[in-house]
Amino acid sequence: MNKLKILTNGFIKENPTLVLVLGTCPTLAVTTSLTNALGMGLATTFVLIMSNLLISMLKSLIPDKVRIAAYIIVIATFVSIVDLLIQAYVPVLASSLGIFIPLIVVNCIVLGRAEAFASKNSVFDSLLDGIGMGVGFTIALSIIGFIRELLGAFSILGQKIIPGDGILMFVLAPGAFFVFGFTIALVRRLQKK
Amino acid sequence: MIIGAVLVNNIILAQFLGICPFLGVSNKVGTALGMSAAVLFVMALATLVTTVVNLYVLIPMDLLFLQTISFILIIAALVQMVEIILKKVSPGLYQALGIYLPLITTNCAVLGVAILVTQQFPDSILDSVLYAVSCALGFMLAITIFAGLREQLELVEVPKGMQGVPIALIMAGILALAFMGFANLV
Repeated sequence: MNKLKILTNGFIKENPTLVLVLGTCPTLAVTTSLTNALGMGLATTFVLIMSNLLISMLKSLIPDKVRIAAYIIVIATFVSIVDLLIQAYVPVLASSLGIFIPLIVVNCIVLGRAEAFASKNSVFDSLLDGIGMGVGFTIALSIIGFIRELLGAFSILGQKIIPGDGILMFVLAPGAFFVFGFTIALVRRLQKK
Repeated sequence: MIIGAVLVNNIILAQFLGICPFLGVSNKVGTALGMSAAVLFVMALATLVTTVVNLYVLIPMDLLFLQTISFILIIAALVQMVEIILKKVSPGLYQALGIYLPLITTNCAVLGVAILVTQQFPDSILDSVLYAVSCALGFMLAITIFAGLREQLELVEVPKGMQGVPIALIMAGILALAFMGFANLV
């Protein structure tokens, strides 16, 4: 497969969130604002890239039978690193993302890419795939975060752009489901054309 | 606390944990019940073990930064163990829950609750387990209602682009709206 295609595959065509519908929990939970969505997206991207890299390097060493357990340990290691880094340098983000940072471990996207891509492809290809999928995830989160913050608080990145209080529902749980559902439907519609 | 965890802070509809199985296995009421029974079982057991480990190993030895790794390993090992034991001891139950068990390792609700209780009830094992059980009951309630709704959904015509996941999500949103009605119950 050509390199560019591997990289851009995750952006839209096989977008992990909007097309494959993986990793739904963080998508719904942390997209109350664009800032949170971006933070979560970048943290996950880092974990994806690093775990893809390491797993593709180790793929010949890991016995087939315990591979899932081995992948989980690799992923959990990088998640702990990200968790500690965020707590140390961006404590505000750490408190607003809460337990969803450690929960990157069980994000199906990361384990899914390790199993479906990194365990079969070269180190460089896995790196590209990690970047592509991470960016795709970040894009998806940002779209949803943008819509929810705009409608829920009438602001973007914390800046008020329309006077007023916003439609509270979009910041709360039901809004997350509605916006996510409509975004997927919209992406499908656009893809068909 | 129990009503709070089951209805007000419902683990799926308010805290967004365990959405994957919520969307994945909620096509029929039967499978939804099977899945939530497996979750109930594993969540209670996993929370018990992780709380004990957290209190008596991680905190005394100042190893809290290993929390994520150790918890996920405990859960993965526990799920595997439960699977093997069930197979030997109660083949009937194993047949009923069998296919759902491996899926639970990657169910973020189990890890999520295990981490949540270390923050909310730092020193009571009993409270932690009780909370885990109530969360699992909330999971069961939401996923069963949702499966019932989805069975009805098959009978109606949905616009093409909305079929499948989008309409399910929007329905979950309406369900979440309904659950918001419980907000001031506790």
